[in-house]
Amino acid sequence: MKEPFIRWNWISGHLGEIGARTVQHLELTGIAVGVGFVIAMSLSILALRRRWTYSPITWFTGILYTIPSIALFALLVPITGLTILTAEIGLVSYTLLILIRNIVAGIDGVPAATRDAAVAMGYRPWRMFFEIELPLATPVIIAGLRIATVTTVGLVTLTALIGQGGYGYFINDGLRRFFNTPLFVGAALSVALAVALDVALVLVERALTPWRR
Amino acid sequence: MAAIVHWFTTAAHWHGPDGVPMRVLEHLELSGLAMVAATAAAIPAGILLGHTRRGGLFAISVVNIGRAIPSFAIVAVALPVSISLGLGLGFWPTFLAVFLLAVPPMFTNAYTAIGGVDPQIVDAARGMGLRERELLVGVELPLGAPVIMAAVRVAAVQVVATVPLAALVGWGGLGRFIIDGLAQYDMAQVFAGALLVAALAILTEVGFGLLEHVVLPPGVRRLSRAEAASTVV
Repeated sequence: MKEPFIRWNWISGHLGEIGARTVQHLELTGIAVGVGFVIAMSLSILALRRRWTYSPITWFTGILYTIPSIALFALLVPITGLTILTAEIGLVSYTLLILIRNIVAGIDGVPAATRDAAVAMGYRPWRMFFEIELPLATPVIIAGLRIATVTTVGLVTLTALIGQGGYGYFINDGLRRFFNTPLFVGAALSVALAVALDVALVLVERALTPWRR
Repeated sequence: MAAIVHWFTTAAHWHGPDGVPMRVLEHLELSGLAMVAATAAAIPAGILLGHTRRGGLFAISVVNIGRAIPSFAIVAVALPVSISLGLGLGFWPTFLAVFLLAVPPMFTNAYTAIGGVDPQIVDAARGMGLRERELLVGVELPLGAPVIMAAVRVAAVQVVATVPLAALVGWGGLGRFIIDGLAQYDMAQVFAGALLVAALAILTEVGFGLLEHVVLPPGVRRLSRAEAASTVV
């Protein structure tokens, strides 16, 4: 009998594993974007407070962004092994440039008149940052988070090569065994997850910015 | 560290069909062909659509969809298709993956580069009696060139960075060292391959940067440096 392109019964027989890989994919993505966001926010605040640091920060994160992911994972394997740490160092470093650019652009986009009004009302710098600048910059920051998240979901599949992978495990497994079904399932689920998280972030943006509706 | 130096100084790694020079050539062959095809498909389409200033939502969606589909998945899905079409292993699945990787950002940026030219400038040009073709070639293209060039550079770097996946599906290029090294647990080889890929990607970035310096008119270059920096990645 000729091997069919997709064996549907493989899917029903592997629902447990698909669930586990979904959790792993979400975990790898969530940690990467979460840690990336914290680092990017800190560096952005530094860049906004001390303007001269912005160029070196974007230069350095730009270099991180240029290093091919497959090469970066491979470079880290001798140091941190086939661990989740190796995957996360790579994944986090790819989120930084995107997030920093958007955070800084978002805060820069706050109208000077709004800032002046806040100063006149007695807002101190930190309170102004959290209560005025950050909320107004939310749409631009979330736009950055969406790009970073969708990119990270895709990159996570590649971490299958260093023993992690989420849905990438299925793709890699299918490739090695010339077995199409897990390969297609892994690819389709990865795209679906990227789209789902993108939509989720749009909803978060709507919830956080009620005045724009 | 010594193992890596040893790897690079071993003469056998520099000769023959699996030596470094040959692998670099394979890498550049696949990257180059895919970039030529992707540029030919993406840039004229983006420029023409940008000139008409229609289909903006479509142009933005293209880059978003492209971002959601991982190259690794395309390579993997294209492999059985390529085999069943008799196109064999390796080359075509990877070609397709990097082609599809490069088209969306170049298309979207070509669209925004031309469509984003200040409408007052376009009006002034029309008012001076320029025809559509003259407007496109004489005004919109020079003003949009920095963003388009930046998009080509970003796409080329991503292509060079992604071609190593070819080694997963039985083709050559610098990915061979990484994939074979991982399979054999030969970390010196993995590290050497990774260094070579990273170096090639950075050289591509620098090379296209220099090309921009040569190609762009100095006035335009100064004017729109900030604009080019905001190229959609």
